[in-house]
Amino acid sequence: MADGNIVTSRRFFLLASAAGGGLLLSGCMTPADTTDGAPVLAAEPAPPPAPVVDLNIFVAISPEGTIRIVAKNPEIGQGIKTMLPMLVAEELDADWSKVVIEQADADAKYTAQTMGGGQIAGGSFATPQHWGPMRQIGAGTRHMLIQAAAARLGKPVEEFTTEPSIVVHAASNTRIPYGDLVVDAAKVTPPDVATLKMKDPKDYRIIGKPMRNWDSPKIVRGEAIFGIDQKVEGMKFAYFEKCPVFGGKVLTTNTDEIKALPGIVDCFVVKQVGDLPTKMGLLDGVAIVANDWWTAKNAATKLKITWDEGVSKDESTTQYDAKAAELAKAAPMSNLSKVGDVDAALKGAAKTIEASYVYPFLVHAPLEPMNCTAHAKADGTVEVWAPTQRPDMGANGAFTLIQNALGVTKDKITIHMVRAGGGFGRRLDNDYAVEAAAISKQAGNIPIKLIWTREQDVQHDPYRPGGYHNFKAGLDKDNNLVALSNHFITFGRPNATGAMAVLASATSPPQEFPANYVPNHSYNQSVMMGGMPTGPLRAPTSNAVCFAHQSFIDEIAHAAGKDPLAFRLELLNLPVPAGANRTGMNADRMKDVVRIVGERSGWANRASLPKGTGMGVAFYFSHQGYFAQVAKVKVAQNGSWRVLKVWSVGDVGSQIINPFNAHNQVEGSIVDGISEMHQKITFDKGRTVQTNFYDMPLLRMDYAPQIDSHFHITSFNPTGLGEPALPPVLPAVANAMFAATGKRIRTLPVAQAELRWT
Amino acid sequence: MATYTINVNGKTETVEADPAMPLLWVLRDKLGLVGTKFGCGVASCGACTVHLDGKVTRACITQVSTVGAQRVTTIEAIGETPKGQAVQKAWLDVDVMQCGYCQAGQVMAATALLNTNPAPSDADIDAAMQGNACRCGTYKRIREAIKTAAGVDTKDKREV
Repeated sequence: MADGNIVTSRRFFLLASAAGGGLLLSGCMTPADTTDGAPVLAAEPAPPPAPVVDLNIFVAISPEGTIRIVAKNPEIGQGIKTMLPMLVAEELDADWSKVVIEQADADAKYTAQTMGGGQIAGGSFATPQHWGPMRQIGAGTRHMLIQAAAARLGKPVEEFTTEPSIVVHAASNTRIPYGDLVVDAAKVTPPDVATLKMKDPKDYRIIGKPMRNWDSPKIVRGEAIFGIDQKVEGMKFAYFEKCPVFGGKVLTTNTDEIKALPGIVDCFVVKQVGDLPTKMGLLDGVAIVANDWWTAKNAATKLKITWDEGVSKDESTTQYDAKAAELAKAAPMSNLSKVGDVDAALKGAAKTIEASYVYPFLVHAPLEPMNCTAHAKADGTVEVWAPTQRPDMGANGAFTLIQNALGVTKDKITIHMVRAGGGFGRRLDNDYAVEAAAISKQAGNIPIKLIWTREQDVQHDPYRPGGYHNFKAGLDKDNNLVALSNHFITFGRPNATGAMAVLASATSPPQEFPANYVPNHSYNQSVMMGGMPTGPLRAPTSNAVCFAHQSFIDEIAHAAGKDPLAFRLELLNLPVPAGANRTGMNADRMKDVVRIVGERSGWANRASLPKGTGMGVAFYFSHQGYFAQVAKVKVAQNGSWRVLKVWSVGDVGSQIINPFNAHNQVEGSIVDGISEMHQKITFDKGRTVQTNFYDMPLLRMDYAPQIDSHFHITSFNPTGLGEPALPPVLPAVANAMFAATGKRIRTLPVAQAELRWT
Repeated sequence: MATYTINVNGKTETVEADPAMPLLWVLRDKLGLVGTKFGCGVASCGACTVHLDGKVTRACITQVSTVGAQRVTTIEAIGETPKGQAVQKAWLDVDVMQCGYCQAGQVMAATALLNTNPAPSDADIDAAMQGNACRCGTYKRIREAIKTAAGVDTKDKREV
C-alpha cells in the first residue's frame, strides 16, 4: 500500500503476471495489525507481523497461515469492511479465524469493473457490484494455491479440494496448509477466473454466517480508528469559519488580532478557487491554526469578519412556502411523465381526492463531525487522511477538489480512507478534505487536522431538499383507481447555459409508483430558486418522495373504502396500461413482501386495537431492494406519539451475506426514518436556522421502537442494504397515525397538535 | 493558562491549559486519549461520556478547572473493571456497532448504569441511556447488550 511512511513496507515476492482477465495483478502490501478482531478485550502489544506473500492486490498469506484481505471501499458504518473480505474468504476457502482485514487507500488499481468498480460508499451499490468480482478473486487465489500443491505432488489440479485454509489431496491423504504453499503459489500463472466454478451456496462456510464487524473490538476499547482520531507527527489543529450565507465571500477580517492570541499558530483568509456551482468545495473563509483544536475554536469567538453574502442572502423558508403555494396554483413548468389522459379521467371519475404533501430540508449530521487531516508538503505532494465516502469519482470527489484548489496533479495526492463515524451521504461531498489540504498548504506546509463544530456541520450541509407534492386522484364508480396526477414543486438554480436546473437530489422520479400501473397518470414539475447546497441523504429522493406517494395511496384506499394493504396489492396486480413502459420494480417481488409483512404483523387483527393505537403499511422499491413495512403507533390524546413496533420484510435477493450487519442496517434505517419525522432544517436571511442536536433532534433509546426484521429469500442476485429499508417507514408510521386518530399527516415534521384526538 | 494535575485512568497527569478548556479536549489533544469522542460540544449527544468518580459526565462541557481530585475514567480504561469488561464483551457478542462513533459513550453510560443497577429494567435502560444518541440507530442492540452484560432476560418487555 501507499502508506510506506507509516508502516515499514515489506515486499517478499513480486508477481509479474496479469493473467486472469486482468483480475489478478501484482502488488505490494504492508503487514497488517494482526490484533484486529482478536477476542481479547484488553489492549495487547501487537505480535510481530508475519512475513506475507502477495498473491494479488487483494490477498496476501503468511507462511504461518495468516490471510490478509484488502477491503477496498470506504467504511462508514455500513459494514462493508467486513463484508467484502467475507466474499473473498468464502471462495478462497479461508479459515476466517486466520483472516485479518486491511483497509485500502484510495487507489485506481482497485477500481476495475472486474473488481467491482470505484471506491465509494453510495447508492447501496457495493453488494451488487462486488458479489461476483470479490468471490472470483477468492476463487482465483484458491486456485493458485491448488496449482502449487498439484505441482508439488505431481498430480492433476482436478484431484484437489480444499478445507478451510488447507489444500487436500484425498487420494494420497495429503493435507497442505495454505501457508506452506504460498511461496510456490506466488510463482504460478494465475488462472482465468471466468473459467472457475464458484461454490454451491449450500457449501458456504462464511457467507450467510453472522460475522462481527471487523473493527468492533477496537471500537469498544476506544482505540484510535476514526478520521477525527488521526495523528500525524508535527500536526497542528485547525478551525475554519465560512460565511453563514452559502457561498459568501470574505471582505474584511482581523487575522492579526487572532494571531496574537496565546496558543495560536496562524490565522489567515482562504479564498475560493474557481466556480463552485454546487457550493460544495473550497469556499471563502478564515482559518485559525493552533496547538490544540479547542484553542483554535475558542479564538474564533474573537474573530470579526464582514462578508459579501451574495445573491441568496434574502432567502427564507417562509418565502419558499409562499412561492410553492403560488406555483401550485399556476400551470406546471414541465411534464415528467404521463400515460393516458389524466384530465379526462379525473373529469369522468366518480370520486376525486386531492391532497398536498410537504417535507422539509434535512441535514445529514453523522455523529462524527466533518474533519480531515492533511499535509500539503513542501515537495508538492499532498497526503490526506479523510473519512470520506467518495475519495474519487466526479467533480466533488476529494481528488478533483484538491487538484483544482491546490493546483496539483492527481499523482501527487495520496488519500487514506479513514473509518468514518457515519456517512448517510454527507461524506460523498469532500469540502472538509479540500479545506484541510488548502489550510495545510497556506499554513506553511505543516500537517493540520481540521475539525468542524456541530454547529458548522448543521449550517454547511449539502441538505436533503424539501419538496411539495400536489396530488389529485380519481376513482371510478367501483372504487378502482383510474387517474393520478402530481404537481411537484422543487428547487433549482440556473446552470451554465442559464437554464433552471433542479438541485442535486431535488427530483421526483418520473416512474414513481403507481405510474405505469394506474391507467392514467401525469407527473408535472415546477422549480423555484434555491441558494443552498443540496446532496444525497441516505436513500436520496426515495426518503422524501416515498412519504408523499405512499401516504397519498393510503388516502385513496380509505376514500375507496378498502383495506390499505389489500389496496396496494390490488394496484400491484394492475395490468400494464396502454402506452406505459414499466422498468425497475418487479411487481411480483413487491407483492410477496407486502403479503408477508401483513402476515408477520398480524395486520388482519388490527381492528381490535383501541383508539389512539393504529397500524399503517407502506412499501418501496429503491436501490434494487424491495421493502414493505408495517408500523404500530400509539398516539396520546394530547398528540404525543411513539412508534411501538415496526415489522419489516425485505427482498434483497438470494443471499444475506452477513446477517448480523444486514439486520443492523434495517434496524438503523427504521430508527433513522422515524428520526426524520421529527426533524427539519429551515432558512432565514439566507442561512440555516437550526444549530445542534437540541433543535435537530435524533431519536433516542426511550423512543426507539421494537423491530421485527425479516428477509424474504428469492433467486435474484444479492443487492445492498444501506438504504432501501428506510423510505417506507415514514409513510407506514404516518398511515398508522391516521389509523390511530383519523388525522392525516401531510406535512413533516409531524406536528403534535395535528394529532390531538378525543 | 494554568497548570492542572488530574487523575486519568489511575494515572496522575499534569497539563497546561486554559481553565475553560473542556476535559474532552484535554483528553484528546493534550493526553492523546482519543477514545472519548466529540459529537456536539453542548452535552446534547453523549459521545464524550466519561466517568468522574464513577458518575456519568459529559466531558465536552466539563471545564478542566472543575475536575480537581475527581477520578477520571475513560473508555480506554473501562475494560479494566469487571462491569466495563462485561459490557464490552456483550457489545461484541451482540455486534452492536454500525459506524461505532457513539459507542464509547454508550459503553461508558451502560457501565455506569450496571454499576449502580445490576439488573436494569427497560425503563431503567431508557432513563439511563436516553442522553446518548446513536445516529445509526443501534438502540435495539444496545438494549440487548446491556441485558446480556447484566445476565438478565434480553427480551424487550416494553408495550407493543
